[in-house]
Amino acid sequence: MVVKCEHVWREISNYLEGDVDASLKTAMEEHFKGCKDCTAVLEGTRNIIAVYGDERFLEVPLGFGQRLHQKLEQNMPRQRGGVFGWVLAFAAILLIVGGVELGSSRAFYNPELRSAHADPAKSSIPEDMPVVIAQDGKVFHRSKNCPFILDKDKAHLHTITAEEAVREGYAPCVRCMHEFMAAAPPPPWLDPHPTDGEEHAEIETAP
Amino acid sequence: MHEEELIRRIRDGEHELFYQLIRPYEQRIYFIAFSILRNQHDAEDVSQEAVLKAFKNIRHFRGEARFSTWLIQITLNEARMWRRKAHANLIEPLDKPADDDGEYRPREFADWREIPSETLEREEVRKALAEALASLGDKYREVFVLRDVQHLSIEETAKTLGITVASVKTRLLRARLMLRDLLSPGWGGSWSSKLSFAKGNKPW
Repeated sequence: MVVKCEHVWREISNYLEGDVDASLKTAMEEHFKGCKDCTAVLEGTRNIIAVYGDERFLEVPLGFGQRLHQKLEQNMPRQRGGVFGWVLAFAAILLIVGGVELGSSRAFYNPELRSAHADPAKSSIPEDMPVVIAQDGKVFHRSKNCPFILDKDKAHLHTITAEEAVREGYAPCVRCMHEFMAAAPPPPWLDPHPTDGEEHAEIETAP
Repeated sequence: MHEEELIRRIRDGEHELFYQLIRPYEQRIYFIAFSILRNQHDAEDVSQEAVLKAFKNIRHFRGEARFSTWLIQITLNEARMWRRKAHANLIEPLDKPADDDGEYRPREFADWREIPSETLEREEVRKALAEALASLGDKYREVFVLRDVQHLSIEETAKTLGITVASVKTRLLRARLMLRDLLSPGWGGSWSSKLSFAKGNKPW
């Protein structure tokens, strides 16, 4: 097989790629032996591939990498994964669940006040002091003898501690409890120091 | 750490590892953009956009191609879009390069011999190479850059550019021969006089 210069030029790139069949390869190599111009084209093309394939040719502007990383950093979402993220998420769930549990606990049960007078902050009633309440009443009293217990409540009296009464939303009777009521002075018609001792003596559970 | 492992961990949320993944390709990304746009600032902007796009789409990388090829594809697309926008109002030049089918006849037959490796250390040589490459038509430059600068295979080049293998081979032949002529001593071009390239006075 004999090839001419034009044929060699057409195939020179494929020849350098090793992408010509054996007979053409042999024919081209024979041609190169006798053709100075085609050899110059071959060597020149080989050199082009070599110089452009050299990494030193790939120059980047000064600071290119740094600016690229800055750009990435600006556009990167904040870290959400990882162990620390999972620990944070778990702690948050614990707090929420714990909060719900505590909120529903009896210890933290805080019903709406049945009267503004029930606010313990406004009184100095001893927490463990026995008091009398009526099932459907709104106030608690020092004893069943308090004259301000309504007639309809007298048949349903119970004795509990002041703390329990407050927690249940009962308000202190502003009459019989006046001495403990910091903000409310006793009404002039109520004797602040009963002398008979009977009224506040013993607390009994109503029948 | 292997590239596959890096990609898996990035997908799992270790985003900061993306720096590590792209660091070996920074130069190549920039060069692809530069070879298409022929402007340093545009090339840098496009490189950044391409890297961001790669980061945002890393979940879609299925490993069917090499990561480098995927990254090059993204960069090439970004650069082409940028060029299209920039040239939207420009009229096509009349002196478009000849079609693929046309024969290209070498014009210079100077004997180059082997180019010493240290020649590339000279800035004026690198500049001359860049200018010669920039003077090629887009379709020849793209094929040449992907195959001979980025070292993609003929098939990968064809796939990346969306053209046939035969077209890649034809364009590659023309690009190589044109560059050879452009860089041959004494061949015209604004760079040749600056470098005192003259017949028999080779730069390397």
